[in-house]
Amino acid sequence: MSLTSLWRAATQHRLFWPVVALVALLVINVPFTPGFFEIHLKSGHLYGSLVSIVLFGSPLILVAIGMTLVIATGGIDLSVGAVVAISGALACLVVSKQADQGSVAGVLLAFALALAVSLVCGAWNGLLVARLGIQPIIATLILMVAGRGIAQLITSGQIITVNSDAYSLIGGGYWLALPFSLFVVALVVALSMALTRRTALGLLVEAVGGNAEASRLVGIRSRRIKIMAYMFCGLCAGIAGLMISSNVSAADGNNAGLWIELDAILAVVIGGTSLTGGRFHLGGTIIGALIIQTLTTTIYTIGVPTQTNLVFKAVVVIVVCLMQSPLFRAKVFGARARRRGRTQKSPGATADAAPQLEVSP
Amino acid sequence: MSVIETLRTRGEGRRLLQDRRLPVLVTAALFVVMFGFGAFRYQSYGFLDAQVFMNLFIDNGYLLVAAVGATFVILTGGIDLSVGSVIGFTTMLTAWLVEKQGLPLLLVAPIALAVGAFGGYLMGYVIHHFEIEPFIVTLAGLFFFRGLCLVISKESISISDPTVDRLAQTHVPLPGGSFLSIAAVVSLAVLALAFYVLHYTRFGRRVYAIGGNEQSALLMGLPVAGTKIAVYTVSGFCSALSGLLFTLYIQSGDPLHAVGLELDAIAAVVVGGTLLTGGSGYVVGTLFGVLVLGLIKTLIQFEGTLSSWWTKIATGVLLFAFILIQRTMTARRRT
Repeated sequence: MSLTSLWRAATQHRLFWPVVALVALLVINVPFTPGFFEIHLKSGHLYGSLVSIVLFGSPLILVAIGMTLVIATGGIDLSVGAVVAISGALACLVVSKQADQGSVAGVLLAFALALAVSLVCGAWNGLLVARLGIQPIIATLILMVAGRGIAQLITSGQIITVNSDAYSLIGGGYWLALPFSLFVVALVVALSMALTRRTALGLLVEAVGGNAEASRLVGIRSRRIKIMAYMFCGLCAGIAGLMISSNVSAADGNNAGLWIELDAILAVVIGGTSLTGGRFHLGGTIIGALIIQTLTTTIYTIGVPTQTNLVFKAVVVIVVCLMQSPLFRAKVFGARARRRGRTQKSPGATADAAPQLEVSP
Repeated sequence: MSVIETLRTRGEGRRLLQDRRLPVLVTAALFVVMFGFGAFRYQSYGFLDAQVFMNLFIDNGYLLVAAVGATFVILTGGIDLSVGSVIGFTTMLTAWLVEKQGLPLLLVAPIALAVGAFGGYLMGYVIHHFEIEPFIVTLAGLFFFRGLCLVISKESISISDPTVDRLAQTHVPLPGGSFLSIAAVVSLAVLALAFYVLHYTRFGRRVYAIGGNEQSALLMGLPVAGTKIAVYTVSGFCSALSGLLFTLYIQSGDPLHAVGLELDAIAAVVVGGTLLTGGSGYVVGTLFGVLVLGLIKTLIQFEGTLSSWWTKIATGVLLFAFILIQRTMTARRRT
């Protein structure tokens, strides 16, 4: 009896389905890659499939965390990919112009400049959405389209390469036997968790996402909260841009961070945050991002031909989303689930009844 | 007397601002102004040649068809991100069937159209019946069709089929010595058909009704489910048709054809004055949106010294301007 109630509590936990998906994906790898879960220490660095999943997944985790907060305010940020490109392009340009590319001060200056511009990009999105009241999808579509142009403008259409050890630390370097990017991600995650869950900020964000007008009326500065969310998202995208360009020691205005906004939105949705805004789950987002990265890694390791990569991804996305849809679960799994689905999503139930309402012509 | 006069003009001014046709007129005016600018600046380079104008349709016909499909979806308040991928997949499928399998184009075209429409139908079905965000479902569609391109072949397939060649080379002569391509004529026909369907059929009314307020449409007894699914089917069909036109235009199939074209299509719809919240907009506006975007490219070509990325920046600036106009309009309407 207690077992079944425990089971029910577990299955109803919001992270249940994402975690199941992640574990399933990880386990699928085992028969194909013996020793998938092993982690070795080679020349002072940790190596292993799990480490590389986290290493290559860190830009996505960062972008997805910023995206979570924006989505929580009821918005969406399509421009993160462009911001990734702009930030990487600017940092590489600044570093490549310096006499000594390896100098730490120069690299820090480049980072500071790139992150400042990313913040400005975020603030621009925030102003459009919060001050001018433009729909988030369109407001950020502007920067998504123009941003790639700006990034190419910065690099003059070329791919800028840099040769700097200090620069390559953030995206490909190791510190204390672990990938350095892991520490950056951990810092950002800890910071955002602390800010949103240990202070009232998270509550305010959820209030704004739930009902911006109502939260304004109870005295929350909803506009300021929204602008802050977009700026934070821009900052996260900027850091991710530094990581991506540092990992390959080059900036490509055209292809850096291409489609990362889609992956990030996907990660957020898989993590259980609704696109309509309101409740948000940073933990779920991180799991979502890890699912996507694991999926990519799995595709490579189990020998699915790389050209079917995208098809595979699409199928998994649809399956994960269908599993999360209460209506789908209601239609596919038995009566108990149906009852639960109905009570959770009453508009859906009325939508199902639509044909009966139809008047014959 | 004068007070009455001012009142009347003020009332008229307000009525003008509230007129839903205003954004279309603004876009059309912008097109004329941009064209005048081009004519003035590049007069000696033959900008006023009628063919330059016709080339706008020849070079952007496929975009027009895709944008018309996107207009249907956006009018219901949805969004379709899979447009570019479906176009790319159609070029790939057509090239593969015609070149590698040796099927005649007459047989391949209906297959490609059916596949596109069926893809749209499936997405619409999932969106409506499982209540998953259109954004996510069509995103999966984007991945899926782009992936299918790569499954067919990782290499580009060029088409040397004589029928395709002949269709691509055919000029439809117009008075004044200019000409249109077959693709341009087809795209204009699609536009006319879409105009008729949206404004003169029950289906069109339903599309606007659902975009205006889905709940009300449902309570009025409109078949919301069927209409929503049909709208995505239309978009899938238009994308596939656009893919066929693109194949004619470029005479090859490539897994990377039309990457990001959905953004151009959505931008054209927005610039054309259709609200992304649904329920308001005209397919004629979409035509002007496509023409304005095409004209930017033409102007940059005529300028000669500007790099291609200025197209993106100019599109972004234009989007911004139009969204601001829409914003002020809807704000006034509410008060």
